Amino acid sequence: MLEKISVKDLKFFYGANMALKGINIPLYANKVTAFIGPSGCGKSTLLRVLNRMYDLYPAQHAEGQIVFDGRNILDAGEDLNLLRARIGMVFQKPTPFPMTIYDNIAFGLKLYENLSKSELDGRIEDALKRAALWTEVKDKLDASGLSLSGGQQQRLCIARTVAIKPEVILFDEPCSALDPISTAKIEELIDELKHEYTIAIVTHNMQQAARVSEYTAFMYLGELVEFDETSKIFTSPRDPRTQDYITGRFG
Amino acid sequence: MPSYAARQRKSTIVMALCLMATIIGVAWLFLILFSLLWNGLPGLSLSTFTEMTPPPGSQSGGLLNALYGSLVMTVIGVGIGAPIGILAGTYLAEYGRHSKMTPVIRFINDILLSAPSIIIGLFVYGAVVVPMRSFSAVAGSLALAVIVIPVVVRTTEDMLLLVPNTLREAASALGLPRSYVIRKVAYRAARAGLITGVLLAVARVGGETAPLLFTVLSNQFWSANLLKPMANLPVTINNFINNPDANWKHLAWTGALLITVAVLSLNISARIFGASKDGR
Repeated sequence: MLEKISVKDLKFFYGANMALKGINIPLYANKVTAFIGPSGCGKSTLLRVLNRMYDLYPAQHAEGQIVFDGRNILDAGEDLNLLRARIGMVFQKPTPFPMTIYDNIAFGLKLYENLSKSELDGRIEDALKRAALWTEVKDKLDASGLSLSGGQQQRLCIARTVAIKPEVILFDEPCSALDPISTAKIEELIDELKHEYTIAIVTHNMQQAARVSEYTAFMYLGELVEFDETSKIFTSPRDPRTQDYITGRFG
Repeated sequence: MPSYAARQRKSTIVMALCLMATIIGVAWLFLILFSLLWNGLPGLSLSTFTEMTPPPGSQSGGLLNALYGSLVMTVIGVGIGAPIGILAGTYLAEYGRHSKMTPVIRFINDILLSAPSIIIGLFVYGAVVVPMRSFSAVAGSLALAVIVIPVVVRTTEDMLLLVPNTLREAASALGLPRSYVIRKVAYRAARAGLITGVLLAVARVGGETAPLLFTVLSNQFWSANLLKPMANLPVTINNFINNPDANWKHLAWTGALLITVAVLSLNISARIFGASKDGR
């Protein structure tokens, strides 16, 4: 199976504090990989290393290798803007920009591609359809992105991410601020999106991990305890810690 | 433990003291406004806005040249100071947020913010008026700009720091360059606050007298030449109020009323603007 991203002996530091202690994990192309584990285990940190989001802050650094299409993206010369355009990210809290629904999506697109008005309109419609938001907003594209409900805002953020055609999408607890109906919609969406994208999702909800992913990684205290097919992790985990976590005995 | 009644009495006394303190505090503002209206309103007429400042002993005249001068110098001062202030504030809140220099710069800016404006007037006198060998509207505008800068730096930084980091991360996650994230997302999210800061700076310099005394002087006549002394409201008020000429005194009161109304309405509109959610 094609490894879209290969994480090799990844160590990550907040100042002197080691938050990831040598992680090795593949992200397979066109598959959904879920990251589970108790708070503080490093799963969100790992996600933020994959698009080098940590670079926005001082005193954080990573060691090891993350190979993405044959290149180590931790190399100093990596163009972070291009990298982040190829590895998109959807956050825990919906973060629409303070502008219209249309501009929320057009904004990133315009920077990367020289599109005519009609091409732009087409791409925005397409992105909103992929994010299953089109029918709800097609008559009010000029309304502020902030006027949407929480679930709609999150789908707007997904539309914004897919509009610039990334190859990988990282979801950092995308449903933790949403109601069950919105959550179901986002999960359906992730199921659709994996046909075109490689997906990593961090979640605190084990049912969600079981529902949406093909592979699951269990992390604990900055280490990758177990990585396997989701069905195996949830039915016959090899490590007792995984067993304890998924049966709710700690975490 | 004192009885309930005793505690009630104590509470009533403290409440009364607080109320009195508040009334004493606020009363001055109303007394000032009242005396300005009482003394300034009778002199207010159309000619205030259409005629020049009169010579001594005259019975007519207005404040046109002084109003014009104040407007021009405020516009130039803010025009120079606000962009510098916004850029510097942006550096402190965005690019330099984690730099070791930032606290130092912020501290120096706060000193400048609280520097007596007469010192700034003297500085510009030495730096601009003396080399140019003339009082000028340019020098006055520069003095006002120096006052505007720290005000705008402070408000810009504060407002940008209020923009949640999640918004910056979200924009960065789309692969947008830093400058783009700041201009298109952070500025937009902080827009109401940024504009409020500039309005407050306008209000601040609109009534400044000391920095103009040494830089622009004043002018009895109409002058639109930026390299020459120019009439302006604060210095005109200062000159006219200290004079026995009754007509001048009336004009000084009227000018004071105009400045106060302008500053007050700027402050109020800044408040309203800052309170509206996204500034629209």
